[in-house]
Amino acid sequence: MTDQPPRPVFLERSVYRRRRMGDASFLLSVFGALLLCAPVMWPGPAELEAEAVRGIAMSGAILYIFGVWVVLIFLTALFGALVRRRDTEGVDPGNR
Amino acid sequence: MASFNSLVLVCLGYVTVLFVVAFIADRLAATGRDRWLRSPLIYTLSLSIYCTAWTFYGAVGYAARSGLEFVTIYLGPTLVMIGWWWGVRKLVRIGRSQRVTSIADLISARYGKSNLLAVGVTVLSVIAITPYIALQLQSISLSFGAFADENDPANYVTTAFWAATGLAAFAILFGTRNLDANERHQGVVTAVALEAVVKLVALLAVGIFVVWGIADGVPDMLERIDASDIGHWQTDRSRWATIMFLAAAAFICLPRMFQVMVVENDDERHLRVAGWAFPLYLAAMSLFVVPIAVIGLELLPAGSNPDLFVLTVPLSEGREGLAMLSFLGGFSSATSMVIVAAMALSTMVSNHIVMPLWLSFRGEGAAMSGDVRNIVINTRRLAIAGIMALGYIYFRVSGGGAALAAIGLIAFAGIAQILPALMGGLYWRGATRSGAAAGVTLGFIVWAYTLLLPETGSGILTESVLQYGPLSLSWLRPNALFGIEGLDPIVHSVAWSLFLNTAAFCIVSVSTFPDPLERLQGTQFVNVFEHSTAPQEWAGSYAQTEDLMIMTQRIMGAEQAGALFRQGATQQGLAGAMPEPTPAFLEFLERELSGSVGAATAHAMIGQIVGRSSVSVEDLLAVADESAELLEYSSRLEAQSAELSRTARQLREANALLTQISEQKDAFLSQVSHELRTPMTSIRAFSELMRDTEALSDADQKRFANIIHDEARRLTRLLDDLLDLSVLESGKVNLNLGTGQLSEVLDQAVSTALTGTNQPIQVRRVSGPKDIEIISDLDRLTQVFINIISNAHKYCDADEPELQIKVTAVGDKVSVDFIDNGSGIPEEARATVFEKFARVSTDKAGGAGLGLAICREIVQRLGGEISYIDGRQGGAFRVSLPVKAEI
Repeated sequence: MTDQPPRPVFLERSVYRRRRMGDASFLLSVFGALLLCAPVMWPGPAELEAEAVRGIAMSGAILYIFGVWVVLIFLTALFGALVRRRDTEGVDPGNR
Repeated sequence: MASFNSLVLVCLGYVTVLFVVAFIADRLAATGRDRWLRSPLIYTLSLSIYCTAWTFYGAVGYAARSGLEFVTIYLGPTLVMIGWWWGVRKLVRIGRSQRVTSIADLISARYGKSNLLAVGVTVLSVIAITPYIALQLQSISLSFGAFADENDPANYVTTAFWAATGLAAFAILFGTRNLDANERHQGVVTAVALEAVVKLVALLAVGIFVVWGIADGVPDMLERIDASDIGHWQTDRSRWATIMFLAAAAFICLPRMFQVMVVENDDERHLRVAGWAFPLYLAAMSLFVVPIAVIGLELLPAGSNPDLFVLTVPLSEGREGLAMLSFLGGFSSATSMVIVAAMALSTMVSNHIVMPLWLSFRGEGAAMSGDVRNIVINTRRLAIAGIMALGYIYFRVSGGGAALAAIGLIAFAGIAQILPALMGGLYWRGATRSGAAAGVTLGFIVWAYTLLLPETGSGILTESVLQYGPLSLSWLRPNALFGIEGLDPIVHSVAWSLFLNTAAFCIVSVSTFPDPLERLQGTQFVNVFEHSTAPQEWAGSYAQTEDLMIMTQRIMGAEQAGALFRQGATQQGLAGAMPEPTPAFLEFLERELSGSVGAATAHAMIGQIVGRSSVSVEDLLAVADESAELLEYSSRLEAQSAELSRTARQLREANALLTQISEQKDAFLSQVSHELRTPMTSIRAFSELMRDTEALSDADQKRFANIIHDEARRLTRLLDDLLDLSVLESGKVNLNLGTGQLSEVLDQAVSTALTGTNQPIQVRRVSGPKDIEIISDLDRLTQVFINIISNAHKYCDADEPELQIKVTAVGDKVSVDFIDNGSGIPEEARATVFEKFARVSTDKAGGAGLGLAICREIVQRLGGEISYIDGRQGGAFRVSLPVKAEI
């Protein structure tokens, strides 16, 4: 078949911003997942039985998890606001 | 305590409110006054059908048993939603652009509108979801039981029965009212949103009562939590991560989630709000779960069912109103889930199982057969009733109880088997139908074998199979596949089923070749943000518009179909008439129809009417190939014409050069005659003088003889040069190769060139590599250098003339630069400086203008080149030579 036209090295500014938006969104999920998986490293039932580890108090665990949760919600809201501002600024090539 | 009957009354009242809300919403939608119903808020709230009764009641029970692990069920969807921009947005975009009606439809459309895959996904969904529906019925019955004082087992069953019937009626009434292409069940969605508010308010109310009513505010509550049985973090690690992942996967793949998230989505921008608002909803839903569990464990006697703490804690404190609110919250959770799940499943069953069967059964063609519209709607109604009946039967057979409580995660694990095919379909163009089928099938088998059957279908797998594996093959034990023992059953099953699923999907995808339709659909899905339409074209020249009209009427109803065809006609500029069955119109029609009956069925139905005249994708590809050939031909022509114009340009340049050379030749001839004549004239004049003058003094005689001799020598030199050049140019020259040091050659050239001159030019040697040994014709080389040096001496017009000789060696090449500090050669003369008889200026007459021409010839013979270096201050020549000349 025919050759694909070569992709431009430099993207239009809006397209570039758009891709970075995608990156930001992806990073948010990844870091969110990492933070929310952190409890995996806390001492579990086996360690609590085996040794005299004090373990993490439930109240601390609750504060940690809900804290992360709230931060993630806030960051996503911020991201949404940024997307909204950009969408109203110019025509979104991907959204036509 | 409330009586059973009053509870029934409350429920009926609540359901009536839901009916009214749904009815009003549908009416508003029908008249187009539903703008606020299509807001991001309603969308976000409708997503809350993720929180079923299992999570409403079960979360507290879960927390009372295993601490914070319940929260993973909510964290998974949170992660999905905060990454909405790169994940869910794509799903929604595809769902809208392809008019997808269900998750099965999406998978089928992606993999070349394969109905087989759709059937597989539908069956998997029904098997996974039916027990889940049973779980909801159970929770409704349980909550009735907890509330009503009489604990009659007959009531328990009766409640479930009537709940199932009522929910089926609601789903049928509002989920299958219409069948139009832009099908959105605004009524159902609005009712679901209302229920979302009810369950959130209920749970928050109980939570606030527990924290500020029973406990003494937050600090006291935290202390009580730490002092309780679940006061320490002791969650199984593998389960923590696995369930979070599972919840995320199920959030995307569950048919009911797909229904509200993608099918009912009205505007992609709603995700912007839902991205943070839905996680917020989830966080609010889980905020008070642990406090309620802790207080329940404290207050209620040991052995009470922790799954009902949400109800029993307010009841034990004598808060009947609060308990009633909480009961309604649980009821809401159960009803909204069941309604949407039944709707979604029924769409899948009717579109992918019943319609294709019916179509193949009525082989005479879609246009000729009965009223498709009624058939589709009735199938859906029957499917809803059937699914509810299945759920009820499952509830009765399993006997409720603890066996059902585990079903939530088991269902999640089953539904997650769709994930590899779905994600692969969205992000990987290489994913093929066979790969998806292989992955889903294998994942389904492994899931059923390791989780579903051992956990819920006791009796199907015998005890000996569970203990020792089938045929005593211990590595096939359902709970220790391939000998991996000691894992939590969920973790074990999820790990194996998804691993084998993904592996089969990838391996088969890589090793099979997709058919053209698959490839086109794949591109459309993966690059949905770049592509817009046109998966496949119909050639409708033989299709009868009337037939299409009749068929469309049967699917969508006369009014809708009429509007659709009018729109088509208007687009073709045929307002008032029937539209031509152009490919564009047929494609448009297929798309609209697929919104009602699914992509595969719509494709098949149009195919039946349009018949063999439909353009196959192979034809399309052939056309594409042809046009590619044409393109190639035209690009070849283009290349040829470019070549021609290049040649023409070269010819023009050559012509200009020839003209210039011809002019030079004329100039040369006159120059030669001039050069020859001047010495000849003086020779003749002085020899005549000597002949005719009688008394010539000795001194004069000697002087005249000297002049004659000099002029004769000049003539000789001119002729020598001419001869030399002609020999060089004709290529008959013999070169005597010898070995020598370049610096010696230069030394000799400098001394020869400057001997006997007054005010010799100052020569500065820039020391390069000292000893470059070259193999060349050293005499000829010396001649070249002498020529350049004496040129510099002759023409350098600086006050203190200086010549810089710079030797650089690069690889097996050596270049010698001669740079003087004069004004150099004027730009217009540079092009011709190496031509014969080209002289830069006439005022400094010297040689015949042959020197540089000879140099160039010599250097070329020696395998090198000589050039004028632009951009230097003075005159600058570069001689580059191979270190080792090869003749």
